[in-house]
Amino acid sequence: MKSAVVVFPGINRERDMARALKLISGREPSMVWHADTALPPATDLVVIPGGFSYGDYLRCGAIAARAPIMDAVRAHAAGGALVLGVCNGFQILCEAGLLPGVLMRNQALKFISRDLFLRVERSDSPFTRGYNAGQVIRVPVAHGEGNYVADAETLARLEDDGRVLFRYAAPDGSLDPAWNLNGASNAIAGIVNAGGNVLGMMPHPENHVEPEMGCTDGRGLFAGLVEALDRAA
Amino acid sequence: MKARVTVTLKSGILDPQGKAIEGALRLLGIEGIASVRQGKVFDIEIADGDRAGVETALKKAAEKLLANTVIENYRVEVLP
Repeated sequence: MKSAVVVFPGINRERDMARALKLISGREPSMVWHADTALPPATDLVVIPGGFSYGDYLRCGAIAARAPIMDAVRAHAAGGALVLGVCNGFQILCEAGLLPGVLMRNQALKFISRDLFLRVERSDSPFTRGYNAGQVIRVPVAHGEGNYVADAETLARLEDDGRVLFRYAAPDGSLDPAWNLNGASNAIAGIVNAGGNVLGMMPHPENHVEPEMGCTDGRGLFAGLVEALDRAA
Repeated sequence: MKARVTVTLKSGILDPQGKAIEGALRLLGIEGIASVRQGKVFDIEIADGDRAGVETALKKAAEKLLANTVIENYRVEVLP
């Protein structure tokens, strides 16, 4: 799997992401600067990592979403190739119009930095084939604006089309508002676009990939992507 | 020429920041406030162009960047 990590000023999780990608795919990802206008040739997966691009000025992800590299990311996605946005990356993909909806301030106004439990809603996506549907994984979150909001029509479309891949859940997998800490609509933690090739998620799977991290539940996402690409090749 | 773009949250969109401000105003003993919604104001200096052209340009600016039209409304005013 040849991956490219897009770096914007103010992004701070790009090294974690690069480390996880190298660890699991065996291949060092390219780091692509926001002012570049092209992705490295034959890029399989584009990753937009977490952080605080442009200091979250204007709206989270708003300015990064208009950076020169985003036209190349848009073209990559339009061709059906894989794009993953984590945390600020999810916010950037929403602002760029690659995913519907928007991430608003957490309902309780507090920045949340802790492990949460995600229920994997389906396993027949390149992003979740490393998991079983209904499986619960423990993944860290660290965000102030992770409260997913979209209009009723968009939410209905996401649900009807099975585009919610991850939901915040209790450790036993049941949906419980007490575990939906940021107040996201329908407890949405991660969604894909209509083509199923662009995933945005608030939690950080890249931070749970090595035993030293205390948990390896995030590995499945990257391992699944590697496998999906191997099969397609 | 000067212009102002005002961006406000659409009705129905939860505004936790507005709610927090509302609570703080209550704590200050300022009475008679039913609710607060927080928005943004952009004061813009225009380099050149006629009024109609400026309005069109600022609408484009609001649509493309200043507002997220999923959750926000905007208003463009060209000031005398």
